[in-house]
Amino acid sequence: MFTELEKYKKAEQSEEITWFKAASVSAFPENGGACVKYKDLQIAVFNFTRRNEWYACQNLCPHKMQMALSRGMIGSCGEEPKVACPYHKMTFSLKNGNNLDGDECSIITYPVKVEDGFVFIGFDQNY
Amino acid sequence: MKKVVVIGNGMVGYKFCEKLRTKDPGKQFEITVFGEEPWPAYDRVHLSAYFSGKKANDLLLASRSWYRENQIDLRTKELIVLIDRENKYVLSHLGHKIHYDYLILATGASAFVPPIQGVEKRGVFMYRTLEDLESMMQYGQKAKSAAVIGGGLLGLEAAKAVLDMGLKTHVIEFAPRLMPRQLDEAGSGLLQSKLEELGISIHLNKNTREIKGNGKLTGLEFADGSFLEVDMLVVSAGIKPRDELAEKAGLEKAARGGFVVNEFLQTNDPDIFAIGEAASYNNMVFGLVAPGYEMATQVVNQLMQNEVRPFTGYDMSTKLKLIGVEVGSFGDAFGESEPSKPIVYENKSKGIYKRINISEDGKRLLGGILVGDTSVYGMLLQMVQNNMPLPPEPEDLILGARGGEKEMGSGVDALPATAQVCSCENISKSDLCEVISEGVHDVDALKKCTKAGTGCGGCMPLIKDLLHAELKAMGKNVKNVVCEHFDYSRQELLDLIKVRGIKTYDALLDEFGEGDGCEVCKPLVASLLASTWNELVVLQDTIQDTNDRFLANIQKGGTYSVVPRIPGGEITPDKLIVIGEVAKKYGLYTKITGGQRIDMFGARVDELPDIWEELIDAGFESGHAYGKSLRTVKSCVGTTWCRYGVQDAVSFAIRVEERYRGLRSPHKLKGAVSGCTRECAEAQSKDFGIIATEKGWNLYVCGNGGSKPQHAVLLANDLDDETCLKYIDRFLMFYIKTAEPLNRTATWLNKMEGGIAYLKDVVVNDCLGLGEELEKEMAFMIETYSCEWKEVVNNPSLRAKFKHFVNSEEKDPTVGFQPMRGQKRPVDWS
Repeated sequence: MFTELEKYKKAEQSEEITWFKAASVSAFPENGGACVKYKDLQIAVFNFTRRNEWYACQNLCPHKMQMALSRGMIGSCGEEPKVACPYHKMTFSLKNGNNLDGDECSIITYPVKVEDGFVFIGFDQNY
Repeated sequence: MKKVVVIGNGMVGYKFCEKLRTKDPGKQFEITVFGEEPWPAYDRVHLSAYFSGKKANDLLLASRSWYRENQIDLRTKELIVLIDRENKYVLSHLGHKIHYDYLILATGASAFVPPIQGVEKRGVFMYRTLEDLESMMQYGQKAKSAAVIGGGLLGLEAAKAVLDMGLKTHVIEFAPRLMPRQLDEAGSGLLQSKLEELGISIHLNKNTREIKGNGKLTGLEFADGSFLEVDMLVVSAGIKPRDELAEKAGLEKAARGGFVVNEFLQTNDPDIFAIGEAASYNNMVFGLVAPGYEMATQVVNQLMQNEVRPFTGYDMSTKLKLIGVEVGSFGDAFGESEPSKPIVYENKSKGIYKRINISEDGKRLLGGILVGDTSVYGMLLQMVQNNMPLPPEPEDLILGARGGEKEMGSGVDALPATAQVCSCENISKSDLCEVISEGVHDVDALKKCTKAGTGCGGCMPLIKDLLHAELKAMGKNVKNVVCEHFDYSRQELLDLIKVRGIKTYDALLDEFGEGDGCEVCKPLVASLLASTWNELVVLQDTIQDTNDRFLANIQKGGTYSVVPRIPGGEITPDKLIVIGEVAKKYGLYTKITGGQRIDMFGARVDELPDIWEELIDAGFESGHAYGKSLRTVKSCVGTTWCRYGVQDAVSFAIRVEERYRGLRSPHKLKGAVSGCTRECAEAQSKDFGIIATEKGWNLYVCGNGGSKPQHAVLLANDLDDETCLKYIDRFLMFYIKTAEPLNRTATWLNKMEGGIAYLKDVVVNDCLGLGEELEKEMAFMIETYSCEWKEVVNNPSLRAKFKHFVNSEEKDPTVGFQPMRGQKRPVDWS
């Protein structure tokens, strides 16, 4: 058994990647996020239309352990794309998951690709 | 695919490409850009930075790879020599023919060279391009002194460049003063003495007759017979539009140069547009970047078939730092457009000159001049552009408030050092002040190193105020901007939204912001848009805080709470039963709120539309408990039942609550109506509180409970119903227009210069002449109100957004509850 947080770490790609077909591009609001279910994980996926970029990270905010990041607002801090948790506005880099307000907790991010109008998220094959 | 060809890769040509690519992510347009210079577009405005050590690369607006990534075919060092309109192609000097569907002329301008004998001599330079600069620098190594012809904006920029090269610098101006188009005599005189202090010699009233020298220049001879010996000359006396393609192509040219365009920036060929300094509208050429960018934006809008704002001229106000001296000139700088009265402040020892021109009736600001200190430029320009009324003592605008009555015991200055600012992290005012004094001067850094504001975030506005107050006390200049994405205050953004008719966050960010936005500016702008246009907030759902995105309050565990409006706290038994039945059906925890209504907790996001459908069918509407908007107007029973009551408090409370329901504001709003002086509705702790008297109503404003309780203060006595509503209309609208983000009315009042006396003057005595406008704006909000939940419930595509997973119908499996006192509560996370 893993704790909630460890599960997300475990699914981070380390060797071989499995691309999970999540949903069609239109399922994700422009410049915003939605939540994708993969096995027993909840993944926040962001359609950053303004930058023409896609990001994925754990939906679980590690600050107060709330399933909420997909409902957060996205934006930038300098060049860094970020998401703000709707609960207490803690912000995380969408590129590397670093906590931008301090260093006590960070999140796991996952690779995303778009093919034929569908969004795919990359997980470790062994998860 | 349509083909767009841009001739000219200057600042405006580049901006056009950037805007088109942002608004056309699907790349339905193919873009080719021609630039005759060897570099991609660079920042011409800051050319003189090249001399203070910046490299050419630092000045580039975007690297070549940016053009590649955006699939823009950039052809530098290639000059277009012909436009064939009939066959729709352009021909370059290399012989390349390129077809176009739309042609954009962004050819810019070259330096205007006055007809002086000898301009061809060695040692004479134009100040326009990076190449000009490079040759100047090379030549300057052998020179000791240089003169600049032109004492205007461009000339002084060139003088800065020459000064940075270490040469003895002379500025030659034909007019009797520097910057004759922007500054009056006194302002110009002050600028002159400041430049002279830096060692620049200024020669006014000088008409250069001949450039002397044998092959290379040795000096200048003026019409008055005098002579100036210099080794080098830079001409920077104005611009000449690059319109040489016009004639052969049969495009119309203006008398003073430039392609003639209409208000849609079209030349006489509707598929050919001209933008920037190359365009002439109404016989005017606009030699600043801002109007050029605006033109670029409007042409992009036309290509994308977006809403287009016709270009009918542009405000030429400018603010800049010239050789270290701040200079600003705005609106009608000389007060010549209509009869006016100037107010002037001059302080030679400090090197400050300020002038504002006031309309004859003393009500409006027409324009003005600032030298030495331009900190109020933004605010003054806003006042001119928006025709905003003047404060009672207009000199305060340039002098600042001086003494007078100051409210005691309020504002961040009045907080004791030991006051706890952040209660989550237990950080006191003195903790924060200490860090600020050690040199931490921005909010984010302050947050990071003290952890203040990292918990619930409720203290962020206070931390911001404290930082500003401390910086001000240190003598630093602080502009209260929204965040890194908008260099404007909330009030400035509201004015921009109104004046420019902006309806979406993206449009505002494109035109006035930078970067990609954040959790600070998004909800703030969402609130401003709602307060201005009153359109359905969920149409722009991803700029809303989660509460406004899902029209419910997020609670621990990821569920939401539901609060229907119960105006004045009055509810029929049948409706009470409906709430009970709905709560039972969906298993919701129920509680009476502090605002005399009922909160139902524990609804999953996918249940919200179903719950609301049932509530709306029973006659309820949204209570806006989730918004920064009007919450409740609490009441006591008043004359209808109470033996002490003197007015019908419930009826009036319902009327007031229904009047302002749904009104978005800088922070939440609460009201109350008490039926007599016993004040059972606790009206004096509300943003607006109404207390009945024998003769009518007493109106109190700017109170709140919360972490720093403050009593409301009396605004007016013994009002009849209509007057009372009128004053609340004005008060609320004035608050919405002028408050800083997330400041409640009490904080807003505490910061207001002149305090309650001034607020009374505005609301009751209408000293600003704003009353009618404020009432009209409120009337619009009331008229356009609709229940957000009703709209969502009846709109399947909006309804579909209320779902936890996009790829599964499953509910959020992490939501869990445990029993408590016969109801339920969220489980704690392990």
